[in-house]
Parts: sequence; structure tokens; C-alpha cells
Amino acid sequence: MAYSHRAIPGFRLSLGFTLFYLSALVLIPLALLVAKSQSGGFSAFWRAVTTPRALASLKFTLFVSFVAAAINVVFGSILAWVLARIPFPGRRFVDALVDLPLALPTAVAGIALTALYADRGWIGSLLAPLGIHVAFRWTGVVIALVFVGLPFLVRTVQPVIAELDPAVEEAAATLGASPIQTFAFVILPTIFPALRAGFAAAFARALGEYGSVVFIAGNMPMKTEISALLIMTKLDQFDYVGAASLGVVMLATSLLVLLLVHASRTASERRRAVA
Amino acid sequence: MQSPDLAGLFVSTPSAARRDRPRALARAALTAVALAFLGVVVVLPVLAVFAKALEDGVFAYLRAVVEADALAAMRLTLWIALLVVPANTVFGLAAGWAIGKFEFRGKTLLTSLIEVPFAVSPVISGLIFVLAVGPRSVLGGRLLESGIRVIFAWPGMALATAFVTFGYVARQVITLMETTGRDKEEAALVLGASGWQTFWRVSLPSIRWGLLYGVILCNARAMGEFGGVSVVSGHVRGMTNTLPLYVETLYDDYRFSASFAVASLLVFLAVVTLIAKVLVERKIKVP
Repeated sequence: MAYSHRAIPGFRLSLGFTLFYLSALVLIPLALLVAKSQSGGFSAFWRAVTTPRALASLKFTLFVSFVAAAINVVFGSILAWVLARIPFPGRRFVDALVDLPLALPTAVAGIALTALYADRGWIGSLLAPLGIHVAFRWTGVVIALVFVGLPFLVRTVQPVIAELDPAVEEAAATLGASPIQTFAFVILPTIFPALRAGFAAAFARALGEYGSVVFIAGNMPMKTEISALLIMTKLDQFDYVGAASLGVVMLATSLLVLLLVHASRTASERRRAVA
Repeated sequence: MQSPDLAGLFVSTPSAARRDRPRALARAALTAVALAFLGVVVVLPVLAVFAKALEDGVFAYLRAVVEADALAAMRLTLWIALLVVPANTVFGLAAGWAIGKFEFRGKTLLTSLIEVPFAVSPVISGLIFVLAVGPRSVLGGRLLESGIRVIFAWPGMALATAFVTFGYVARQVITLMETTGRDKEEAALVLGASGWQTFWRVSLPSIRWGLLYGVILCNARAMGEFGGVSVVSGHVRGMTNTLPLYVETLYDDYRFSASFAVASLLVFLAVVTLIAKVLVERKIKVP
């Protein structure tokens, strides 16, 4: 029989094509990026990523990504809780809306948020008399990143909340726990791994975000310039080594974040398997 | 510590009833906070797009979306999606077949590598192709000599888009091929079906909704991609502008209502995507 070795045919063809396509489109181009960043030697790479402007952009990117992911942990969890637990009219519609930031092109989100939060926009005009300016400040960048990160948080936490057994909370309440105690000692420990994973996913997404941010950021070097935009600027100046160097640092950071999530997820799964 | 109220486990006692009212209030409050947050963060921006798009009236709106440059941007957006989505679908099916139906060394590593593009900034997705096939690279220089322009033209934009949407179909197909297993395929082969017949008539039908789900997500991202194509496009109006890039061009020209009018087309795309997604999700849950 032709299929004596493997019962199902097509292994070589499918794996061969997979490896070819993956190498051509992802692995080789990414390897070239790393090679380019080191083409002037390690010292040139180091100089490129430690200029005051590059460092400021990296710090700013990490800071706004962290704040946005933290905001999403709080409000995204509430939203996930409501969608998983509380029935209300139109819940399925609202549930579908959560994915809108994934489906909406980032440039559209960028100009829409800028229009809303500019001093003459619907929300900006309410805040401006209070002396709060959002657009073209770091706060505007945070708002854009909250928008893009929201589905990552909700979709990670929602299924875990849906699996919680309400009887456990009722038991806690019956045994005399206050709602706050029930939340802190019963619910939070169970959903914490999901919160951490959702935070990391939103954070990693925010690190590389470009389209929704550039319109609202103001893009002031040293102040509100994200690393992704600085890469663009370096490319426009034909500073390919500088762009590649910064790109390698960004790539390493987001891969590290996702690796940590993966490691912690495997660890907690192992713990659950033992228990 | 309050006295334990074990009776409440079995029957509804007066104390349980007293607890219900604050709980209902808390639920209402939580729902209000969640909906207000979603309203401000997600719904208001979408409404703002339409409000701004119609600021100069319906005629200005219609004129903006049928302008020659707008039509050219639509054509390029469709063209790139038409190249990229089928390519990534074929890749997804191949990867799903290899990873889902066979055991081999390095399988976990391969699955992780397919996920890598999800973690890469769109700007870097463009940057790597400028470095690989740009006018200053070895390969790009050769191609340019023979009259083929990759970067600052549609082939480069298609490459960046393919990178950004790389794993959308594969992710779905791999999971499905793994869960459907290989029993049905083996049965078909024993009964005399050829390999391709088995693939087309047995494997593909059993994963069709999941496959469609991946294709829908891949297409939405391909048509809406901004950062990645922005790096490799060169922004030539009517030539290398996709719809999202054209939105930016108009915005930078201070033609705000035209910019929002074109953006509203992309909102329609997002809404259609979400509806299709919900419908397909329902199909997957109820086989």
C-alpha cells in the first residue's frame, strides 16, 4: 500500500509549504531586521537605542501602554463581569460591540478619537473649561490605547467569569462574608490568572500600536513620541540601522511579554492539574 | 464575624430577601458603569465618524466617496485583499493539515512561530520588507534593475499586509484540524478515496465554519491595515493609497469631512465583519 508508512497522505507537501511560506514571509525578513541592526557592530546598535530621543520614546511607550492596560483591567473586568453574569436587554449586541476595536481600522479610530477629544470636540469641549486637555497630550495616547486593548482584556476574562459557580459566592455570603470579602477572597484569586494574561495581551498590543495613536499624540519628540513613530521618522531619514535597532528592541520587548504570559499560564495550568 | 446563616442555603429566609435589594442595586450600578465605559470608549468614536462625515451635508459626503482618488484607493484595497487573503488561507490549510493531522518533532515550536506576527508592531511589519526588498537592499536593487518596484508600490504593500494577517486563518484551522482528529480521514482512505478527495470532501466540510471565521478576520485586518502599509507605500495619491492611507492623506490636507466620509466606509466594513463574525460563531456553537 502506498499509505503503509503514514495512513494519511500529504505530510511532506503540507509541512514543506508551511515551512517555505513561514520562512519567506516571517523568519527571513525578521532575521534580516536583526542582521541590519547589528550591521554597524553592537556599539552602533547600542548608540542608536540609547540616544536621549530613543530612550524617551521607549519610556513613553512603556508608560502609556502600562497605564492603558491597567485602566482596561479595571473597566474591562467590570464589562466582562456584566456580560458574563448580568442579563439585560441587548446584551448580545453589547457583547458584539466589544470586538469593534479589533474590526475597526486603527486610522479610523485615531481620527475619531482626535475629533472627540480635541478642545472643540464633543468630549474635549466639556473637559477644556476644567483645564483638562486630552488630545495631543499623553492622556490622549492612553485613551487610544484603551480603545485598542479593550477586547483583549474582556475576551480573556469573560470566559473565566462565565465558568465561576455562583453557588461558591452564595456559600461565602451565607457564611457571613461581605460582598467585598467575597470579591477579594473568593472571586479575585480565581480570575487573577486571566486578569494577568489579559493585561499582558493588551499591554503587548499597545507597545506596537501606531495608527490609532499618531493622530491624537501630538508626536512631540522627547514628550509624546512613541517608538513606532520614531522608527517611521528614522526610515524617512534613511537611517536604516537606527530604525532596525529600535525595531529589534520593540520586537524583543513584546515577545518577552508574551513569553512571560505563556510561562505563567503553563505554570498555573500545571498547578490546577495537580490540585 | 457575623453569625453563619446556613439556613439560607436551603430556603429563602427573610435575611436573604433583605440582601437581595442591595444586590440588585449593585448589579444595576455595575451594568451602568460597564455600559458607560463601552459607550465612551467604543460607541462615541463611531458616532463621531458619521457626525463629522456628514458635517458638510449628504452631497459633500457622496462626492468625497466617489472621487477618483477614493475609487482608486478602494480598488487598491480590494486588490491587496484579493492577493493576501487567499495566500494566507492556503497557508492556513497547509499548516492546519501538517500540525493537526501529524505528529513530528518541533511541532510546538512551529505553532509558536506561526503566532509571532501577532506580537510584531505593524510598523516593524513594514520595516522588515523595506530592509529585505527595498531599493537599498541587494535583492530589491536587482529587482529594480529589471524594472520591478516592490517597495513604494503594491507588491510591498501586499507583503506587509500578508505579514500582519499571517496567522489569522492558520490559528483557526490548526485548532479545528486538531480537534476533528483523523478517524474520518482514515475511514475515507480505507474506502478508497484519494488524498485530495479526502481533503476536499471529508476534512474541509467539517472545518468550513471555522475556516470562514478565520477568513473573515483576515480580510478585515487586510483591508484595514494602516501602519504596515504606511511604511512601504510612499503615499502616492491615486497610486499607492489604500482606503486607510487615503483617510490619512485627506486628514493631513485638512479635508476633514471628506476624510471622515472615507473613514465611514471602513466603519461599514467593520460592522459587516462583526455581523458575519456573530453569525459564524453561532454556526460553530450549534453544529
